[in-house]
Parts: sequence; C-alpha cells; structure tokens
Amino acid sequence: MTLDWKIGGLALGLVFFAAVLLVKPIGVSTQFVILDGVLWDAVNPAAVTQTEDGYTSTNAYLAKSGGKYAKAVAEPLNYSFVFVLAMLLGGAASAWLRGGVGAEERRVPELWRANFGDSPIKRYAAAFVGGFIVLYGARLAGGCTSGHMMSGMMQTAVSGYLFAAGAFAAGVPTALFLYRQEA
Amino acid sequence: MEIFLALLIGGAFGAVLDRVGASNPNMIGRMLNLTDLRLMKAILLAIGTGAVLMFAGQMLGIVDVGHMSVKTAYLGVFVGGLLLGVGWALAGYCPGTGVVAAGAGRRDAFAFIAGGLLGAAAYMTTYPAVKATGLLDAILGGNATLGMIQGTEYPGLTGLPGDILGIVLGLVFVAVAFVLPERIIRKDTRLPAE
Repeated sequence: MTLDWKIGGLALGLVFFAAVLLVKPIGVSTQFVILDGVLWDAVNPAAVTQTEDGYTSTNAYLAKSGGKYAKAVAEPLNYSFVFVLAMLLGGAASAWLRGGVGAEERRVPELWRANFGDSPIKRYAAAFVGGFIVLYGARLAGGCTSGHMMSGMMQTAVSGYLFAAGAFAAGVPTALFLYRQEA
Repeated sequence: MEIFLALLIGGAFGAVLDRVGASNPNMIGRMLNLTDLRLMKAILLAIGTGAVLMFAGQMLGIVDVGHMSVKTAYLGVFVGGLLLGVGWALAGYCPGTGVVAAGAGRRDAFAFIAGGLLGAAAYMTTYPAVKATGLLDAILGGNATLGMIQGTEYPGLTGLPGDILGIVLGLVFVAVAFVLPERIIRKDTRLPAE
C-alpha cells in the first residue's frame, strides 16, 4: 500500500523539482492564514480593503509586506491557495485508487489506539490541539515542513536547516514519550 | 495557466504524500519515535533529488534561478520549529499532510485542520506582540543560503559556490537516505521486562 521509500522519495523529489522548475517552491501553511482571512472577510467586509495600489487589512499580519496576504484573501483563486485545494483532491484520488483508508483507521489511527485507546473524542481533541500548535509554530517560523524543511533545505537555505533542527529536536522526544507501545 | 499548474502540481503533491505514507499519522509517529525510519529515508531522498536536479538545472540554464525563494532566518524559525515538532508528534500531521489526510477521509484530520485554522488566527492576533519580542529579527545573514548562488541576491553563509555546494549536499542527503537504518530503537529494548 505504501510505496517503497526509494520510489516514493524519488517521486516526491520530482514533484518538488517540478514546482521550482515551473513556478516556485512548494509551501502550505500560509494558506491557513489566507482561509482564516477569507472567512473573517466574509463575516466582516471591513477586514480587508482595497487601496490605491493593492490591498490592506485592519490586521497587522495580513497587512504586512505591502498587503501581500490581504491581496490573497481578496483574490483567493490564486496559485498558492488553489495548490492546497488540489492537494486535498490529489490525496482523495490517490487514497480512493488504492482502496481507501479502512473505517476503523479513519476513526482512530492504529498507533494512537494502541497507546491511548479507542475513544474518537480523545483522538480528535489531540488532533485539534496538535493542529493549533502546528499552525501557530509554522506561522511563527514563517513556513512548515513543506516550505521550510523540504523546499528550504533543497535550496540550501539556512532558515530551512534551522527549522528542521527545531522540528526534530521537539518532535522526536515528544513521540518517544507519547508512543511507547508499538502498533 | 498558473491555476492549471496549481491543480497539476498540487494534485501530484497530494497524491505522492498519500503514497509515501506522509499523511498517515501512524507513519509519522513511528518515524518520530524512531521505530520505522522508511518515511525519513523517503524525505531525505526527496530533498536530495530535488536539490541535485534544481542546482544542476540552474547550472545548465534550464531552471530559472529567479524561481528560487529563500526564507529569512530568525530565532522564531527555530522556536516555531520546536512548536511544530510537538504538534506534529501529537497529531501526526503537519499542515500539508493534514490537508491530504482529510482528502483521504481521515476524520481526525478535519479536527487537525480546525485546530490549525484557530492556531493560525491566534498567530494573526498575537503577531504585533511576537514582533515586539525581537524573535522575528533576522539572524545568520537573513535570507541566506549556505553558499553563494550566482544570479541571486541571497547572501552566502560561506563563500563557496552555491550551485556546486547544492549538488554536493543533495548527494549527501541521498547517501544518508541509503545509510540510515530502517529503525533505530529495537522493539526488545523498549518493552519493560516482565
């Protein structure tokens, strides 16, 4: 079901190369901010406003770098946002073609079940808290596993190495502590 | 055209992440608790492959150097990396793989995305305070690369030729992918004696 790491790694490398060859390096976590902005602007149209030469926002983060994020919120049908939507579709198609993820696994993943039991509520709560920490961290870092670690280290970016050092320095001890039981 | 490329490359990226197991939280947990490093090997091979192709392509004039996008280094990159690492281990997802897993129908991935949207909103709100701490001030030359890459404005951390260094490091990543064992922690050393 899972590709051999040599074939999978090569395929993943080719995708990262294709992205930088044709457009620009891959990145994902910014789009969580853009979706937040789109939702916020839908509720409160004053959140993002047009200026003479672009867009700005009452939120300092959306307004930074000349309103780059504010523009993406105002025009969400841009490359980076559509890219992340396409990832969801690609994941769905690939999973469907290989017969899908089993019902039990979809409910609670097996490694989690072996360590923390079968309660979906407990699992969803952990995933929710994890998601909060991951995206707060990714935005503080200015990128995530895709943008900093993979695209960054591929380009020999100093920031990519700095990020990867942090992610593994915290991720490995946390996983060693959490997942003592193998499954 | 750009939207078509977004659909094509984004779709391929999502499908490959699914097939290498990166969007499977069990695989992430086993990679980070060092019991199954096959995903780590795939990631290292991918970074190496991408680096060799990109820098070789730039030297041959096939790849536009202007497509590179190097992010700035600052202390918050490391601190943010630490936070992401904790959440990555806990949830088993990072931003991209959470989206892919939701596409594959994993229910916990939707909880992850909801938490992620709230976390991103929390950063938007606290951004001025974070900025005031100095955590976002550039260090190590800012948007620097390890060598000097011709045709770019990125400062080099060293004076070494950036494209050759990129290819060499890419090959090192590939070599490490092959040398790295499939697991570091043996099962019998983890289980308590009974």
